[in-house]
Amino acid sequence: MAAALDGDETAYRRLLAALTPVLRANARRTLSRMGAPTADAEDIVQETLLALHLHRHTWRRSSPIGPWVTAIARYKLIDTLRRRGRRAEVTIDDLVDALPDAADQEEELGRQQAARLVETLDGRQGEVVRAISLEGADIKETATKLGMSEGAVRVALHRGLKALARMYKVSER
Amino acid sequence: MRTEDLINTLAVDRTVDAAPGRTLALALVAGTIIGAIVFAEMLGVRDDVGEAMRTVRFPFKFVVTIALAIAGLSLVSSLERPGANARAAARLLIIPAMLIGSAVLLELMVVPSSGWAPRMIGSNAMICLSAIPTIAIAPLVTVLIAMRHAAPTAPARAGAAAGLLAAGVAATLYASHCTDDSPLFVVIWYSIAIALVAAAGAWLGPRVLRW
Repeated sequence: MAAALDGDETAYRRLLAALTPVLRANARRTLSRMGAPTADAEDIVQETLLALHLHRHTWRRSSPIGPWVTAIARYKLIDTLRRRGRRAEVTIDDLVDALPDAADQEEELGRQQAARLVETLDGRQGEVVRAISLEGADIKETATKLGMSEGAVRVALHRGLKALARMYKVSER
Repeated sequence: MRTEDLINTLAVDRTVDAAPGRTLALALVAGTIIGAIVFAEMLGVRDDVGEAMRTVRFPFKFVVTIALAIAGLSLVSSLERPGANARAAARLLIIPAMLIGSAVLLELMVVPSSGWAPRMIGSNAMICLSAIPTIAIAPLVTVLIAMRHAAPTAPARAGAAAGLLAAGVAATLYASHCTDDSPLFVVIWYSIAIALVAAAGAWLGPRVLRW
């Protein structure tokens, strides 16, 4: 994470990819215990990844990253369950210790909540987020395509991701 | 959207928001300035402040209220970071409590019992109860705004901590106006006023701090 904050994109991608199966296993386990459809697990994983990303400035470099990730994952899981009107009694035990035996199954689509929300993002932010997330463009390609400066693309991307997180908060499932 | 595509998108976004400590410091300064203006308009520092400073009881009020503000600040800054241990910060709250507690004991020893009731009731109780919460509004709002930029995972507790911090600031300002300097007055009326602000913060927390 420290490398990621210093701008190491590869290290950051690797960190998020390593966290994903753990988050997925926890989301599945909790959903099945609550009797909810586990197909929603991937939506929770994606929302949690977005939350981790947008709040990475709240991680202190001198602290271990485990408790920080666990606290955010638990908060997002409870929040999601509460939004659905279920009683939220969640404990995530040693989320980080669960890493080795976390089942990494190839179900990465969920119910496409993220895709649906990305489709409804307005204006420049929407265009930028869609170009990068759905078409896999990088900052430069997006800038050329949309006739924007790279700086403006960066700003629009960050704001677009924040808008996406806000939409999760008010969206109904 | 595949999770892998999301991860790639997040990796491209290099914008990291400002460190929460800096945001909180700015908010606290702004809130304190606005609170001080409200205080100056509404009450102002008492006229005999020079003489009062040479007593023991008057300056001691600031020791207690500033200790509360420091403990509140420390609590806010740990409760706004996910996974941070807030226990050490919560323990700091014992300091203002012990300070006022020992001052009350000393006061009970030095003052004859016939003087207890008038000192406790004082002459500013109602002003105290309304002024501290009123002055606290600005710092409470600015601190809550700053906390929205962080990630509090226990919003009610985080809101209460914001309330304690704002009340600590407000009580420090108010103490310079109030002529009731006895710890017997402070322990009753300041505590009630501070608790009101903390309760307001705890109520607001879950409403404004969700993310």
